[in-house]
Amino acid sequence: MFNLKFKTVKEFALIFRLKDISDFKPSPEQMQERMNWLAGIASQNKLADKGNTLLPFAANARTIQSNNVITDGAYTEIKEFISGYIVVKADTIDEAVEMAKANPIFDQVGGSIEVREVLQRD
Amino acid sequence: MTAVLCRHFGLVHIEVAEDIASDTFLKASEHWAIHGVPDHPTAWLYTVARNKIKDYFKRKSVFENKVKDALTPNEIEIEKDLEFNNQIIADSQLAMIFAVSSPTNSIEAQISLALQILCGFSVEEIANAFLTNRETIKKRLQRARNNLRNDNFQINGLTETDIKTRLDTVLKTLYLLFNEGYFSRTNSQLIRKELCSEALRLTLVLTESQLTNTPQVNALLALMCFQSSRLDARTGVNGEAILFDKQDKSLWDKTLIDRGNYYLVNACNGKEISKYHLEAGIAYWHTTPIKDNKWENILQLYNRLILIAYSPITALNRVFAFSKVYGNETAITEVEKLTLLESNYYHELLGYLYSSIDINTAIQHYTKAINLTQSKIEQKTLKQEIGRLLEIKK
Repeated sequence: MFNLKFKTVKEFALIFRLKDISDFKPSPEQMQERMNWLAGIASQNKLADKGNTLLPFAANARTIQSNNVITDGAYTEIKEFISGYIVVKADTIDEAVEMAKANPIFDQVGGSIEVREVLQRD
Repeated sequence: MTAVLCRHFGLVHIEVAEDIASDTFLKASEHWAIHGVPDHPTAWLYTVARNKIKDYFKRKSVFENKVKDALTPNEIEIEKDLEFNNQIIADSQLAMIFAVSSPTNSIEAQISLALQILCGFSVEEIANAFLTNRETIKKRLQRARNNLRNDNFQINGLTETDIKTRLDTVLKTLYLLFNEGYFSRTNSQLIRKELCSEALRLTLVLTESQLTNTPQVNALLALMCFQSSRLDARTGVNGEAILFDKQDKSLWDKTLIDRGNYYLVNACNGKEISKYHLEAGIAYWHTTPIKDNKWENILQLYNRLILIAYSPITALNRVFAFSKVYGNETAITEVEKLTLLESNYYHELLGYLYSSIDINTAIQHYTKAINLTQSKIEQKTLKQEIGRLLEIKK
């Protein structure tokens, strides 16, 4: 009830999207760079949840539509598909954006990162 | 011995157990000085202890029957003879580790208790190890003992569930006990070694029981072995810390490194990867020569470690590894993001990284570190480093 008042640090989900399924499997070097980025955030004690990587392949993903139509694979209506997410701690959304901008995927394969503030429930 | 006696008496009588133990050792030192050490010293000690216990309960029952006029049956069976064989001794120590690792006590209190009860340290010695005075330690121990009593932890009925739920705390206590020695604030090399070897010994006890011989325990033991192998190399004649790069590697203890490898292999029998696994892995790579992507491997392990166990020191150590892979300049940006402005290690690391780039900034950081640290030895080491940098500048 009273914890909300003292909570100044906000949490933001960073949702990763890739353009192509073939970008999903990073090379060892790319993986190392991504890990460095993630560990860098954790090193600042700003990682709230290390999140998950979500498998996008036909065997690992289903999309259920409202008309009960089920399709195999990740949701790709918007072309890009979600490859994973993490949750970070930041004072402002701008700070979270700065963290996201430093992510190596932009140099590696492109894609996008959506930054979304997490609703704090009391 | 206190541990074995407590197993018999219950924790409620911990003071009595300790008195008897120390009386016994006193008697031994008098007796052995005159008559020589007996053939079976352990058996001798426990015979004396057993007699003292009988005396104690005889006196106690006289007191209770006559003075209190109560017919309450003695909860402790005097007749049930104390057994002292190596098996019981190991088990009793194991039980005591679990007893002192009570989550009702603060970490400092747990370590102090472990030192006193399991390692036989005096209040004075514990005070030295923690760089504080006797009074503080006395009070801390008193409070901790009261908590243990209220905790009503049954040493004898240690069930599998008890062991499983407390094992994490136990490992934490042992880990901290070891670190207290390894990164000790005390200057005495002797105390440091003793703390480290006591932690190692107790962890070894855990591997000797099937119930507690888990991958995590083996990982912790491996970590302790690797770290201990460098104990002699990392301290100079005057007690000053010798940085990793400058250590005389011939002083590393090969036997301990081999033991470390052995336990690390054992630790990989399960699926779980604990922070002890990762730290042991890092310590392992430190014992290897610089090739085979040594620092890349260390950095990867630190990356994983920081994700499951954040601490400022881990964050700083990680950037140190990062600097070895990506160079000082890139690392400096990484360090500065940490903004641990009040930490002497933060400034020490920046001083180190800047020393090949910008000597003035390096000196500024080293000076800040000197002001922030309490350790005289560290201040001395840092002042020497500043002196060296000033020489280069000339």
